[in-house]
Amino acid sequence: MKLRPIGVVYLKEMRDLLRDRRTIMSMIVVPVLVLPALMVAITSMASKVVGQARQEVGKVMLLGGEDSPETVAALRELKTIRIVAAAADYTNQISDKKIGAAVEIPQGFDAALKAGTTTSAVRIYTYESELKSTIAAEGLEQFFRKRKEAIVSQRLEERRIPQTVLTPFSVTRTNVASPKKVTGNTVGMILPYMVILMCLAGAIYPSVDLTAGEKERGTLETLLCSPVARTHLVVAKGMVVLTVSLVTAVLSISSNGGALLVMKRMAGGLGNNGAQGLALDPVALVGVAVMMIPMAVFISALMIAIGLFARSSKEANSYLQPLMICAIVPALAGGLPGVEMNYRLALIPIFNVSLISKEILAGASHWNHVLLVFGSMWLYAAIAVAAAVALFKRESVLFRT
Amino acid sequence: MIQARQLTKVFSDRKRGQVVAVDHVDFRCEPGKIFGLLGCNGAGKTTCLRLLATLLRPSSGSATVNGFDVVAEAEKVRASIGFLSAATALYGRLTAYEVVEYFGRLHGLNGSALRARIDGLFGTLDMNEFRDRRCDKLSTGMKQKTSIARTLVHDPPVMIFDEPTAGLDVLTARSVLGFIAECGRGGKTVIFSTHVMSEAEKLCDTIAIIDGGRILAEGSLGELRARAGLQSLEDIFVKTVEEKI
Repeated sequence: MKLRPIGVVYLKEMRDLLRDRRTIMSMIVVPVLVLPALMVAITSMASKVVGQARQEVGKVMLLGGEDSPETVAALRELKTIRIVAAAADYTNQISDKKIGAAVEIPQGFDAALKAGTTTSAVRIYTYESELKSTIAAEGLEQFFRKRKEAIVSQRLEERRIPQTVLTPFSVTRTNVASPKKVTGNTVGMILPYMVILMCLAGAIYPSVDLTAGEKERGTLETLLCSPVARTHLVVAKGMVVLTVSLVTAVLSISSNGGALLVMKRMAGGLGNNGAQGLALDPVALVGVAVMMIPMAVFISALMIAIGLFARSSKEANSYLQPLMICAIVPALAGGLPGVEMNYRLALIPIFNVSLISKEILAGASHWNHVLLVFGSMWLYAAIAVAAAVALFKRESVLFRT
Repeated sequence: MIQARQLTKVFSDRKRGQVVAVDHVDFRCEPGKIFGLLGCNGAGKTTCLRLLATLLRPSSGSATVNGFDVVAEAEKVRASIGFLSAATALYGRLTAYEVVEYFGRLHGLNGSALRARIDGLFGTLDMNEFRDRRCDKLSTGMKQKTSIARTLVHDPPVMIFDEPTAGLDVLTARSVLGFIAECGRGGKTVIFSTHVMSEAEKLCDTIAIIDGGRILAEGSLGELRARAGLQSLEDIFVKTVEEKI
């Protein structure tokens, strides 16, 4: 393997690609700026909408309650809701968002409470998943819960029974895992998938441009006239795709990670302990990065082979879309909770990387699995590179236009 | 020097079956001479030249370019040739200088030797005005000059031109033909394919009439005239092709 011609082709292809606005868009602008900006904007907008909805006084229709003046009066005193007059079409009014919810007080509610008996249920009518309706219903539920607790407390007092009778024992849960492991377990479900997805997304454009794109533009024949061996050309092109793919993934994960922190702060979920809460084991992160390398080589070589086979960029894109799906599904499946590594799963490409990365981040990986995944992925990568080289030597493929 | 011996190329086509594009072709091109392959579209000219440029592998027969076998020593063959065709486009996002420099590096040149070579070529071909302009912004003539500089940067002893004037305006075509003649005068082995009779008449020391992948007649213009008993190359070409049919 001669390094000089590979270097010459690699540097030229990188220069050529970086002058293309589409590469800059897909490699830098979209993952680094557009996606995080969108995430932050959407979160900020959502938190503003929720905040506004909570500030608003929701309309609640009162159904019944004529014989329960105490409860009705207490409801009317609530500042978070405004009671409106009863109407027969309350379900339509809720569906049409004219009112947030309706509450039905059963007959003889106050009397039953005074008598110390049990009444039929208070019914709350809502528009499921509608924000203002949910907030109104939460307000009502909170009201009735407090009222119930007060009545229970009063009844116990009347009967001289201590309050502790209601809590014979309590259950507490204590986390014994380190914050790094806890975060790793959570992040491990999504991070490997994100990295694989970004590697794929980053590789698509250069792999098409450097193969089918060159065929279309007529520059492939120019290049083939040079004395550089076909294998060196494929290796150089594959390295370019690999570089763009990895850079896209790294930039994208960093910027989206940053955006995630901003979003968490916005949502108030982090507080002062936010940085500690997101602590990740740096060794585990390095481990995941190392596992991703053969996977990125595999994807790059596979995409180069597909791009070479295609007659045009359009055809290459139509082949690569199903490949994306074929890669995304195992990448996502590997991160699912409850899926655990075994020797058979360690041989399924992409799925194995996603799964082992999850385990590495959670601090639950075993060396034999790590080595098997790493070795098998390099084997798949080598097969993909060999396929790309073989295609590059086939004249029926090179001159297939 | 180029030597083809029983050179044959057969393509497999799903619809047409086995297609013989080049059929047991023999010819020899000498240094300092221009050898013309004259034929209609689909006659086998491009396939024949692609075989010599090692872009395709022969199905049978053999060929040597500058003493190197096109199959066994393909990389050495490519290092010895400058190949120019309508299908050899330029990188639109690179400048004229960068394209020529890139191919110089691919041929193993670098440093001051490469810079001196490029400066010389850009001066000779009058390209300095647009040396730093991107190729996608160049006119057809400028592109053709850049392609010529690209083929010449490593000073190859053998030049292969596949219909180099296709799609060019009269003035650009004229300058390309002048450049081909200059290559011949400079002692390079030149093989040149065309379907334009006047180009072959003007440039070629030897003309081979090719049709259906076979060379039907070969010789200097004088020899072809004497053999056919006709003056015009066009008449000779038509007669030769019709006799074969």
